[in-house]
Amino acid sequence: MIEVVSESRCVSCNQCVSVCPTNVFDRGEDGIPVIARQDDCQTCFMCELYCPVDALYVAPDSEQVIGISEQEAEQQGLLGGYREKVGWGKGRKPVASHDYMYRLSLFARF
Amino acid sequence: MSDSAERQLTADVLVIGGGPAGAWAAWSAATNGAKVVLVDKGYLGSSGATAPGGTNLLYLPPDKEMREQAVASRMKQGGYLAEPAWIHRVLDQVYTNLELIEKWGYPFVRDENGTPMRDHLHGPEYMAIMRKVVKRAGVKVLDQSPALELLVDEFGVGGARGVSRQDDLTWEVRANAVVIATGGCAFLSNGLGCNVLTGDGYLMAGEVGVELSGMEFTRKYAPSPAFGSNTRSRLLGWATYYDSDGNEIVGGRQGDFLAEALLKGPVYAIMNKADTPEKQAFLRKSHAIFFLPYDRAGIDVFTEPFPLTLRYEGTVRGTGGIRIVDDDCSTTVGGLFAAGDAATRERITGSASGGGAFNASWAICSGTWAGKGAAAHALSHRQSAATRDLKPAGRYGLGGVASSFENVVPSQELIKEIQDQVLPLTINYFRTEQGLKQALHRLDNVWNRVNSQTPQNVREQVRARETAAMAATARWMYTAALSRKETRSGGLHGLAEYPGQDEEQQHRLLVSGLEEVSVRTEQVPVSGVAVTAVAATSEEVQAG
Ligand SMILES: Cc1cc2nc3c(=O)[nH]c(=O)nc-3n(C[C@H](O)[C@H](O)[C@H](O)COP(=O)(O)OP(=O)(O)OC[C@H]3O[C@@H](n4cnc5c(N)ncnc54)[C@H](O)[C@@H]3O)c2cc1C
Ligand code: SF4
Ligand code: SF4
Repeated sequence: MIEVVSESRCVSCNQCVSVCPTNVFDRGEDGIPVIARQDDCQTCFMCELYCPVDALYVAPDSEQVIGISEQEAEQQGLLGGYREKVGWGKGRKPVASHDYMYRLSLFARF
Repeated sequence: MSDSAERQLTADVLVIGGGPAGAWAAWSAATNGAKVVLVDKGYLGSSGATAPGGTNLLYLPPDKEMREQAVASRMKQGGYLAEPAWIHRVLDQVYTNLELIEKWGYPFVRDENGTPMRDHLHGPEYMAIMRKVVKRAGVKVLDQSPALELLVDEFGVGGARGVSRQDDLTWEVRANAVVIATGGCAFLSNGLGCNVLTGDGYLMAGEVGVELSGMEFTRKYAPSPAFGSNTRSRLLGWATYYDSDGNEIVGGRQGDFLAEALLKGPVYAIMNKADTPEKQAFLRKSHAIFFLPYDRAGIDVFTEPFPLTLRYEGTVRGTGGIRIVDDDCSTTVGGLFAAGDAATRERITGSASGGGAFNASWAICSGTWAGKGAAAHALSHRQSAATRDLKPAGRYGLGGVASSFENVVPSQELIKEIQDQVLPLTINYFRTEQGLKQALHRLDNVWNRVNSQTPQNVREQVRARETAAMAATARWMYTAALSRKETRSGGLHGLAEYPGQDEEQQHRLLVSGLEEVSVRTEQVPVSGVAVTAVAATSEEVQAG
């Protein structure tokens, strides 16, 4: 589930508010989005992908809130990890343009 | 809903749903000259079953022999309930459309001979491109705007109403043709990207008298980490399975193995068949979304055991949906079309699952056809939808009917009751007549209370309607399942009492009705003959 909105990183673009398929966020009065309906989060990681400054952290646990803080997420290097892996963000090469999938299909026998 | 909506729009075509099927429908309708509005519950680009993951597609070169072989093999797998002509149509159309996607900027990889490998689409990348293409075609997109009910008059459907949940207002779009592309129904089982898929389109179609087909082919679960949402399971081909004592249990991700093992106790997997650093690196890079939850949970899947569960996927990787009656994906009601998982996929998959390549290809093709058909229908209409005498068709879960305070039923309570009948392997995977009858009885009981929900705000309004849609879908599923007294090829339906495939039941089952659900059979149309020309044999079968 969505756990962290980093106030120090957030640039108030509201992308996460717009793209969340289950409408978990509310716009915040100070510009920082609020996790208003955490129960509705479907752990799809899309908000993380669309956040331009890696200010969000979605924990893998879809069944319960784990309560990780911004500091802990930051310290463990968790912020922005997914965007890097799929190659989203300035100067990165999207994973779609790599030949991994193709090579995988040569590899796989099922 | 109140009589006049706060936001009123008029168009030629309204597309409900912005997954791949809706995106292609909107693009196709706009390209064919229609003024188009697309509404999505979430956001066109991130919402639905495709966006967060990715899909493999049917990409077969136009080689006659290769294609004939593919068609023959699918016909057999699908218990001969599919139609060769429709499979061929999909193979042709998806081939063309995948070329288009590349033109629009999708970075397909090329093999060593320079041939583009167009058989896989990374979800986020694909759907971001589709959003751009749809907008460029002039489509007006309303995100975060779930449709709640259709508008109808004696000529058929003429638009829909819903809510814009971030602006807290109601909308009404009048359009002479409507494409339902709301995806399948996965009953809020927390599968990747699937909690927006609650069968809303089925209910909307059911309320205007459209039948659903293939709803018995819904025995579909996907392996996922017990703690997480990731139902992309292809990589489990590299796994070995263990029980809680660490003893190996032999089996694979397909078939009954996992379901049977999970009945006995927890099941763990280690991906130790990927036993070289080279293989491991490959897997990691090809499926970032698969590894994400484990990495974040601090589990090294190549050496450490992780707990597995099966998540129910309903009609997402099951096969049933709205019955379509012509090449343009039209339904039996004027102006109403269906595409993607909202429509039945039996015509190309028969009784088998379309997951794995068919469904994603179907979304592209059926969207393209439905969009074109909807545009033609709308543009041939003499009267603007703005001046038609249209009435809202929604009857269930729309709130405001509970007769007294004591009768109010919270949606959450009903959702739990529905899930209790639909999610358990013991009821829905290991299907028996007795088990399904009892479950259906309980679902009827839920159905009797869907109009006692009294939503107080927009969020609750959407939930209440979703609850009614899930209850309706579950009743259609089990009614159809009880009427198919056999176990048909493909693994999507079986009854313990009837373990074999029965030649006499090589027909489709159509369900309809909301208060009373009824079933009838339809012969599989003979290939090459226009579907509408084949009269449905309407031997009435009693429900349950
Ligand atoms: C994990 C996973 C992996 C898969 N892999 C493959 C694969 O490899 N190959 C393959 O062929 N298929 C695969 N599938 C199936 C494939 O993803 C679907 O067939 C495809 O997404 C269907 O497209 P769609 O547009 O019909 O529905 P979806 O993509 O589910 O989109 C439906 C849209 O409708 C919207 N919506 C719902 N209700 C409303 C409403 N009331 N009002 C407005 N909008 C609404 C939703 O927000 C959503 O955006 C997979 C599915 C899953 C879950
Ligand atoms: S993980 Fe998905 S559902 Fe959860 S907040 Fe992010 S976008 Fe929304
Ligand atoms: S997407 Fe990121 S930067 Fe933009 S509002 Fe959300 S958290 Fe802040």
